[in-house]
Amino acid sequence: MEEMDEAIVNEFLVESHENLDQLDRDFVQLEEDPQNREMLARIFRTIHTIKGTSGFLGLGKLEKVTHVGESLLSRLRDGALLLDPEITTVLLRMVDAVRQILSSIESDKNEGGGDYTSLIADLTRLQDPAARAAATAVPVAAAPATAPAVTPDASPAVAPPPSPVSTPAPQPVHAAATETAEARNAGHGVSDSSIRVDVGLLDKLMNLVGELVLARNQVLQFTTAQQSSAFTATSQRLNLITSELQESVMKTRMQPIGNVWSKFPRVVRDLSVMCGKKVRIEMEGQETEIDKTILEAIKDPLTHVVRNSVDHGIESPETRTAAGKPAEGRLFMRAFHEGGQVNIEIVDDGAGIDPEKIRAKALARGLISAEQASRLGDREIVNLVFAPGFSTAEKVTNVSGRGVGMDVVRTNIEKIGGTVDIHSKHGEGTTIRIKIPLTLAIIPALVVTAAGDRYAIPQVSLVELLRLDGEQAKRGIERIHGAPVYRLRGNLLPLVDLARELEIPTETQGEADAINIVVLSAEDRTFGLIVESINDTEEIVVRPLGNQLKGLDCFAGATIMGDGSVALILDVLGIAHRSRVITAARDRSLAEAQVASSETGDAAQAMLLLGVGGEGRIAVPLSLVARLEEFPAAAIEHTGRQAVVQYRGEILPLIDLAEQLSRGVAAPSDPVQVVVYTEDGHSVGLVVDRILDIVEERVQGRRAANRSGLLGSGVIQGRVTDLLDIRGVVQAADPSGVEEHRSAA
Amino acid sequence: MSTSHQFCTFVVDDHFLGVEVEKVQEVIRFQPMTRVPLAPSTVMGLINLRGQIVTALDLRRRFGLPDRAPERRPMNVVVRSDDGAVSLLVDEIGDVVEVSDDACEQPPDTLVGPARQLIRDVYKLDQRLLLVLDTERATHVDDEARR
Repeated sequence: MEEMDEAIVNEFLVESHENLDQLDRDFVQLEEDPQNREMLARIFRTIHTIKGTSGFLGLGKLEKVTHVGESLLSRLRDGALLLDPEITTVLLRMVDAVRQILSSIESDKNEGGGDYTSLIADLTRLQDPAARAAATAVPVAAAPATAPAVTPDASPAVAPPPSPVSTPAPQPVHAAATETAEARNAGHGVSDSSIRVDVGLLDKLMNLVGELVLARNQVLQFTTAQQSSAFTATSQRLNLITSELQESVMKTRMQPIGNVWSKFPRVVRDLSVMCGKKVRIEMEGQETEIDKTILEAIKDPLTHVVRNSVDHGIESPETRTAAGKPAEGRLFMRAFHEGGQVNIEIVDDGAGIDPEKIRAKALARGLISAEQASRLGDREIVNLVFAPGFSTAEKVTNVSGRGVGMDVVRTNIEKIGGTVDIHSKHGEGTTIRIKIPLTLAIIPALVVTAAGDRYAIPQVSLVELLRLDGEQAKRGIERIHGAPVYRLRGNLLPLVDLARELEIPTETQGEADAINIVVLSAEDRTFGLIVESINDTEEIVVRPLGNQLKGLDCFAGATIMGDGSVALILDVLGIAHRSRVITAARDRSLAEAQVASSETGDAAQAMLLLGVGGEGRIAVPLSLVARLEEFPAAAIEHTGRQAVVQYRGEILPLIDLAEQLSRGVAAPSDPVQVVVYTEDGHSVGLVVDRILDIVEERVQGRRAANRSGLLGSGVIQGRVTDLLDIRGVVQAADPSGVEEHRSAA
Repeated sequence: MSTSHQFCTFVVDDHFLGVEVEKVQEVIRFQPMTRVPLAPSTVMGLINLRGQIVTALDLRRRFGLPDRAPERRPMNVVVRSDDGAVSLLVDEIGDVVEVSDDACEQPPDTLVGPARQLIRDVYKLDQRLLLVLDTERATHVDDEARR
């Protein structure tokens, strides 16, 4: 017991006390509504957590009591049993027992001499309706799996005999237990040494400090106008105190993720010993700061993931050696800020997840249909481990595998607006990637100006700053097909003009005498952002944008600057995507990608290849195509001379592309191939002979058009292909005004 | 006995509009704004409301009305919505009026355009009509409205 890490135990106690209070309330409510599955699931999870943690801490008694309790709860949750007063009573006795053990740990640093054999027996007996029917039988015999292990040194006389209440009288029972607990804590228990403050209150404090900062700034502005030295001194003090207050209030919310991680080496060690495995844990980025609320919320999910990795992921040393891996498994945890989010990765080099096994299991559990099982890809299948009620462990072990773990992980992460994703290679390992927003997190940022407005760039994306003066400003930037690039130490750095990318009209068209470039990296790509000026670095508080602006990928949020004005925070990843520095085709090598992306004008794009009028090949950018459809020839109707077809409850006018491009009439085919094009909410169908292919490549050897309806021609797939001017064709055909026009003519 | 409601009133172009007083957090004069590039045109910018960042929406644009003359500075009517406070930019602020529910009618079916969506009720006042704004709809900007 002495070696027990005190911090872990204290944390456990504080948390468990809170959970137990909640449990009491839940049970009382559950009695009124015994069918409430959600409530049952919550109670189950609480007990599951206590059991899990007590296991790591070597609290044998507590673990045994909660283990049988959990089994009973799991049957209730699955609907195999119905809650009745007897079960409730026994479960409440279990809660009291847990409370008793916890207070004993808190006061005496051990689990106390309580004997819970009969409680365990009762809990076990109730799990089996048959055994219950024969309730007169001696219950102890029914608990062979757990009972023998109970407290070999137990001195039964010490324990208060569990009251054999059969009528539900929960209140007096646990009230008494609480009293004893309180009596023991009369000194100063760990749960009293810190206070919990409502996060709402911290938010309010933060806002008030924000106001104070603004008032302070205004006062400071007056100071410069005033000559009174006393006033200056006073406002200086106000200044210092405000800054310190601001810092302290912010600190109340921020914690390095290492605070939570520091417990994992122990957890992993204990767990691996228990499972007979060798696991080494490595960490990176412990200092990454996360808002307190978020840290709290990810603590349990992270623990679950780590436990899963050791319990299910990493194989036993023998298996590993046989598979040609080092006997010692590696668990790697990494945290970092990226693109306005905190990323946490938990990587193991274990067995990975066998998609076939998951598929079979999900099918057996009825989570997916047979049709889905065959249709879903491996990645989607692997992500099924997050489905409620899923567990891949063949047998229920003491550690994990009751089908709560990953379900809880996802629920908790999504609750705080994060995402969790799992990648696994069968035989090679599993990576769990958790992304959480850094709402309210404080980040260092570089403040720049573009077109007169200030923007904050998260410093994590910053590589370096460049300033081109005089001659360099005129000659340093070269262009490839209009796309600016800069030679940075021999490599071409694609440049993105921030003001232009954000579509802010700027007045200065002439040559600037100096050019400021912020070199940024996003997803391993480096690019330069041209800004008007570079101001300073500041610690900023990230605030989310309102719903009206949620769709803007270029901004990660907003912040209030020192002078009280609002500045937008750039989402470097979003900017990179928008400017096509990062394109869909990612697998090309870095050098190639940089060249290609710097020629954005001619970058590879997905093209739809159509056969129109005999051998003619026509290409249209896939991005302009709404849908591809087939209609039976009989479905085509006419209004006046306009061919139309009923499509999604509307009338879709059809344009014969061959006729429109004067390539003869389309060969009659059935079904008719139609490319649906939508503009301003109006759809038009283009009738083509054949839909040939979808290709993604750069159009080579472009030539300008020599007739209407075409943008030009180029080489695609080694063949000369005409590039369709889809807008021009639709406008020329004028299908919206067709009816009147044609009938008039 | 009929019940009555209190409305905070304001003018946008020639519309006389109202919002239930309970939904109005505060009314403030023009505030400096930070423009948001690429945002829907209705979004005029972000304002700092005592440490809270609030999105300002121009009701003229929301209603599809012509912009006000540049020298006319709008007023902010800050309303509470599910998504926190949102500021609605209006031309002028009117009084708080108390009107009886008897005077309430549904907007006529002949009302078309964005106003159809945004006006929830019409109250017949002695001098003019008071159009009650649906703040939830008014603060919700459609994706299609993006530039």
